[in-house]
Amino acid sequence: MKCRYACGSPEHALHRRKFLGALAGITGLGTVGFFTRPAVAKELQKRQKHMLVIYLAGGVSQLESWDPKPGTDTGGPFRAIPTSVPGVHISELLPHTAKQMHRMALVRSLNTKNSDHGMGHYQMTHGRNRGGLNVPHVGSLVNRLLHPQDCPLPGFIHVGRNGDIKDAGYLGPQYGSLGLPSGGPPAGIARPKGLSVEADLRRHGFLRKVNDHFLAQRRSAETEAYTYSYEQALRLMEQRHVFEVDREPEKLREAYGTHPFGRHCLLARRLIEHGVTYVQVNHTNYDTHHENFDFHIEQLGEFDRTFATLLEDLASRGLLEHTLVVVMSEFGRTPRINVRLGRDHWGRAWSVALAGCGIQHGAVVGKTNKNGTAVTEREVDHGHLFHTYLQALGLDSLGTVNVNGRELPVADPSREPIEELLA
Amino acid sequence: MNPQAPAVPKVDVKAFREIKKAKYSSPFLACRFDPQGRFVFAAAQDFSIQRWELDSGKQVVYQGGHDSWVRALGFDSQGRWLLSGGYDGRLIWWPAQAEKPEPIRKIDAHQGWIRALAVSPNGQLVATVGNDRLVKLWKVEDGSPVAEFSGHESHVYNVAFHPGGQELATCDHHGIVKHWSLKEKKQLRELKAAELHKYDPTFHAHIGGARAIEFTPDGKLLALGGITNVSNAFAGVGNPCVVVLDWASGKKHVVYKPADNNLRGTTWGLEYHQSGFWMAVSGGSGGWVFFYQGTKSQPVHRVKLPSSAQDLHLHPGLAQAAICFYDRHVRIYSLEPKQPKAKA
Repeated sequence: MKCRYACGSPEHALHRRKFLGALAGITGLGTVGFFTRPAVAKELQKRQKHMLVIYLAGGVSQLESWDPKPGTDTGGPFRAIPTSVPGVHISELLPHTAKQMHRMALVRSLNTKNSDHGMGHYQMTHGRNRGGLNVPHVGSLVNRLLHPQDCPLPGFIHVGRNGDIKDAGYLGPQYGSLGLPSGGPPAGIARPKGLSVEADLRRHGFLRKVNDHFLAQRRSAETEAYTYSYEQALRLMEQRHVFEVDREPEKLREAYGTHPFGRHCLLARRLIEHGVTYVQVNHTNYDTHHENFDFHIEQLGEFDRTFATLLEDLASRGLLEHTLVVVMSEFGRTPRINVRLGRDHWGRAWSVALAGCGIQHGAVVGKTNKNGTAVTEREVDHGHLFHTYLQALGLDSLGTVNVNGRELPVADPSREPIEELLA
Repeated sequence: MNPQAPAVPKVDVKAFREIKKAKYSSPFLACRFDPQGRFVFAAAQDFSIQRWELDSGKQVVYQGGHDSWVRALGFDSQGRWLLSGGYDGRLIWWPAQAEKPEPIRKIDAHQGWIRALAVSPNGQLVATVGNDRLVKLWKVEDGSPVAEFSGHESHVYNVAFHPGGQELATCDHHGIVKHWSLKEKKQLRELKAAELHKYDPTFHAHIGGARAIEFTPDGKLLALGGITNVSNAFAGVGNPCVVVLDWASGKKHVVYKPADNNLRGTTWGLEYHQSGFWMAVSGGSGGWVFFYQGTKSQPVHRVKLPSSAQDLHLHPGLAQAAICFYDRHVRIYSLEPKQPKAKA
């Protein structure tokens, strides 16, 4: 399949890291780039922004996390506890996170009108409902728009699951994600024993010549992605140390937790520290149709300490002020407690948490009713959030991108950013 | 033979039938008769405990003590005090017969949930277990701490005194059963009810634990109820089961479960009837009561219940049982043989 790029030129893809200049070419606007909010453009050129998504797979219960309703018919057995932000309470299952609330913000009024896992995941990571335009995952978009050309690491990494070139949508496959399903270095990046660096480089140079010859006649998105993946692998071989969390002090590793989620979050911090623009860590699983409360003790117990450590670590290294952190799921869980003492899928009144750059710290946007069955104030959906993520990263979410000669909005034009959430 | 034990009435499991019910506004979690058999108590999801007088149906509410769910109920041997253990970690003493009951004593007994309590056969001690992985002993008379046992590596789900009164059995989330000596104040041995635990690699979670526990009156067998054959932890796809251990040898005596693998759920309540059979109630995928006997692994009789059952308790007279339900009812069932209809 031939792939047409946003500017209509295949050359554009070869210089993907020159995103600001390229975007100027795409949009015909100034050299700062169309997506960049003018007020922060200068700063953005100086300091790279990052986005870190903690994806609580299966659908975390908002009632056991960000929007507790203790003492109501839907509240379940847990209490609400105060946080470091006066007047803001969250579930007692998150005592460590509660101490980080001054670095965070909550949206308690999400209505995504969906209770399907696949659709929910798509909505929350693409900012739209599935169908129609093949829009990119937010990771691919920020990879394309924010990842520096001189960074030897990929711009979009999934920790704890496989990567997917389809994430890139209309941007082209090389903006897809690199997956680290085991949380270790990418498979196959170690140089085989017996192969010297010089020999390897000579071998790669030959491969590059052959590829260039082929590409001169048969260029397509796939062949470019294939070539790019080899180039990327070569760079990754030199960056293997970045993926080795055992290089971190033992005390810090213990603070994150020695379980996979703890190690994955520590890896995420290392990746951001070394320039990866978008990192997503999955924590599984929250799809608690049965014994919701028992399982949330286990899952959120693991999440809480690790997440609080992650925020503290990012902040202490000065990374949090340049990193937007989002804790999301595909949906929330039913206020009604079912016959198995579980909660089912629920997209009509649920919550997400944010932290870090570009947001009002301590803000709580929106409200649900007394027992959490409906949004009563400032209803928003995944479209509003998507705009907000981009704006928090200093990008103009109301802008357009030229795809095959068509100006297409980068985010759902029927939605807008949640202004009161933005710093 | 225990001279205080009631005479065992003639019962017939096939005559099991509902004879009374009481409705409330919140789903129930646990139920117990008082030692005199005058009242049935039931704890609900709204943090309250409801008391009904069996003869009159008069209802009294116990509230204001817990600010979380209560799953653990017990009494001192004379029936003066109701003891309740909550997911708020509190152990509370209440007057069992008062018209307007207020807490007599509150103890912050555990960090996290109290999942179960048991009163010793002589009525002097109460044991509590919980999510802090601890087993604690308290004096019933004044609530003073007596002993604390550690060693479980996951949440402790249930506890039972051996009828001899000097030993304790506890079972945790991972199906590990620990045998404690009260005299020596230490663990004597560890047994395993492997059928009651599974790590689900798809959902990255453990599921298991004894949701019900009971010794036979002679202390020879220990039964543990829960869920087995779990194929999907987060949907509760598994079968209600009862693992019976031979207490002397620690070996498995029998594993009871319904013959039909499509009959899903968790055993939430378990009682041994001195006529020689076990009653087990299940919930989660419809409610059932199963009657098991001897070493036959499948039920000798079963009855579909109107809703998912959450707990079971035998009346001290041994002819009736209370079952509390998700559908906001407590129902009283009779085991007495049906009287033949008089001829006209």
